[in-house]
Amino acid sequence: MSLSIFQIAGSALTAQSQRMNVAASNIANADSVAGPDGKPYKARQVTFQMQPLGTNFHSHPIGGVGVTRISESQAPDRLVFDPKNPAADAQGYVHMPNVDVVAENVNMISASRSYQANVEVINAAKSMMARTLTIGQ
Amino acid sequence: MDLYLYMDALSADLHFFQQAIGLHEQRAQVLSTNIANADTPNYKARDFSFETALKNAVGKSGSLRLPDTSLDLTSKRHIAATAQNFNILQMKYRVPFQASVDGNTVEMDVERTAFADNTVRQQAAITMINGRIRAMTTALTPN
Repeated sequence: MSLSIFQIAGSALTAQSQRMNVAASNIANADSVAGPDGKPYKARQVTFQMQPLGTNFHSHPIGGVGVTRISESQAPDRLVFDPKNPAADAQGYVHMPNVDVVAENVNMISASRSYQANVEVINAAKSMMARTLTIGQ
Repeated sequence: MDLYLYMDALSADLHFFQQAIGLHEQRAQVLSTNIANADTPNYKARDFSFETALKNAVGKSGSLRLPDTSLDLTSKRHIAATAQNFNILQMKYRVPFQASVDGNTVEMDVERTAFADNTVRQQAAITMINGRIRAMTTALTPN
């Protein structure tokens, strides 16, 4: 029964590292003029949703968190005026990815702090269980 | 006094701490849910009052509350007797100090403090139940 703390915090670790992966992908591709489809890379964003466990405290479910979908940002492309670039359009603008590097860095910091908080929860739960096992010794 | 009464006295002695440790465990689950969902949009942080839950679990004035029981009816003339468990955890939503735009009400400092506090209290309860067990073992040891 107390294993569900590990499930809950573990799901948050997975979700936060997925968020970190997406942020890393966005930062890495901040200057990728062409993706696999030949178009500029679009920034991606994860969506978190609570995922209730089986145990139900009287209509107040508890549970972990999961990534339900990864969506592409609809922000306009960053336009760079560079007429000599082969990827430039008729007006001489190159369409660069719509990645907001500063926002992605903030996202990464937030994800790593949340990850840390959940690691601490796992450590605390582990020592609680180890302590519980000493009852009667 | 027969063995059954001895065992009953022993378990009654431990019942309070058993309930307390169980409730600490459940509270740790609720708080870890809050921490896990710190970045989930529209998630509302929740918690329950440990004091009220423990009072409900052990009954008024420290007397033991009966667990959920119902008597087997083996004859039509038996009267049905049940002791119903009521909702001992009264879960409530936490009121945030500062609301956030995405509708999430988890405040990490509050949750982390509550979690640490809960951990320490559970360890205290375990220390005390260990003391009770040691005292009883001493009393049961001959010579």
